[in-house]
Amino acid sequence: MAEPTAKEVLVTPILNNNPIALQVLGICSALAVTTKMDTALVMSIAVTLVTAFSSAAVAGIRHWIPSSIRMIVQMVVIASLVIVVDQILKAYFFQISKTMSVFVGLIITNCIVMGRAEGFAMKNTAWLSFVDGIGNGLGYSAVLMSVAFFREFFGSGSLFGYQILSKITDGGWYNPNGLLLLSPSAFFLIGILIWILRTFKPEQIERA
Amino acid sequence: MLPEQRDSITNTFVVTLVLCVVCSLMVSTAAVALKEVQSKNKILDRQRNIIAAAGLHENPDSMSATEVTDFFKPERIEQKMVDLATGKYAENPEVTGESYDERKAAKDEKMNATIKGDRFNIGIDKREKYARVYLVKGSDGKLEQVVLPIYGKGLWSTMYGFVAIRSDLKTINGLTYYEHGETPGLGGEVENKKWKALWKGKHIWKGEMDDANLRVGVAKGTPSGENAEYMVDGLSGATITSRGVDSMLKYWLSSDAFGPFLKSLATN
Repeated sequence: MAEPTAKEVLVTPILNNNPIALQVLGICSALAVTTKMDTALVMSIAVTLVTAFSSAAVAGIRHWIPSSIRMIVQMVVIASLVIVVDQILKAYFFQISKTMSVFVGLIITNCIVMGRAEGFAMKNTAWLSFVDGIGNGLGYSAVLMSVAFFREFFGSGSLFGYQILSKITDGGWYNPNGLLLLSPSAFFLIGILIWILRTFKPEQIERA
Repeated sequence: MLPEQRDSITNTFVVTLVLCVVCSLMVSTAAVALKEVQSKNKILDRQRNIIAAAGLHENPDSMSATEVTDFFKPERIEQKMVDLATGKYAENPEVTGESYDERKAAKDEKMNATIKGDRFNIGIDKREKYARVYLVKGSDGKLEQVVLPIYGKGLWSTMYGFVAIRSDLKTINGLTYYEHGETPGLGGEVENKKWKALWKGKHIWKGEMDDANLRVGVAKGTPSGENAEYMVDGLSGATITSRGVDSMLKYWLSSDAFGPFLKSLATN
């Protein structure tokens, strides 16, 4: 297999090899933080940064990692980065970190981060792994942001916290769809997204 | 490095050790360096909510840090520690100091008291003995409102908030929640401005300040008739959260919690 170029590594995970839509990884956080667009955005940035830096770090030391403990090594690197991100959010984005609460910590268990470390960073250079982390983070972000768009717009009538449709509870006309604020709705939305994506890109359909 | 060398026991230990040291250094540096900013944020957030509960500012979230701290000068908003059992102000230094933390105290055998829960069940067994109250004063130095911290279980989480009571000690001036983990859009609507505004002017007791007369709370549906004086409409789709709000208000205003303090305020 030819060495992938940085551009390929960056762009393919967004549509062609999307971590959520094709690999179906990282679903749990996609359900949890997509009721509002601002939390989804911060989560996207956090996951992108963690994936990029953890992949780069793992790739940087890949020649020294004994294969018997490689998973643990990856986990330690990821966990440390997540704690740092959590601390920074608590210090500088207090309101948002409050609404995200436990889900920042749960980036550790986001399969995308671990998946990229094990699947890509263990075999490639640090720079390429960094770009790959950014690419996969962007793929994750794209799905997260589109799910959050629908959930916040129809569930609360707002986008990024700005009220667009005035709710009945605030004296307006829009009756928010409560289902969209509950986790199952994210499943439906992700399902619909995958459906649309695979209609246009039939090569993504898995053979039964 | 050759695979045999890499997978040797010595190398495994060396890699583990170095990695652990590097990572723990990184984590502890971040935690220590950012601790001050973080605790400032927490205090500011609480203070903003006190301002919101007392209705001293339209939109406390838009206030800058200095504007917020300006409100917390003793001549405007004074902090006091109250011994909940007697209702008197506490003077012992272990609770009046800055380091006193109500939440830690609630878990500490020496500093906590049992919540009976037979009359008003807030879903929690222990509370702190000493609570922090805020006395809001007018420009003439007279007491205008008193802001009390309240908490109790909702559906998923413990909800922490403040209730502001006017100086007649019968009327609620405001209610806010600053920390909870309820479902956004359903129970999370305890943060809804419209809903919070409903509390303004509600009366707490029917007649005398006494547990038997405690009427303030959350109704099912729009409260009608006599109840409208004391109760607000529950949050739709959030029955358990609403019930939590109802029982925590009753509990904290009853003689089991802030009752003695309110009585002593009334006699002074």
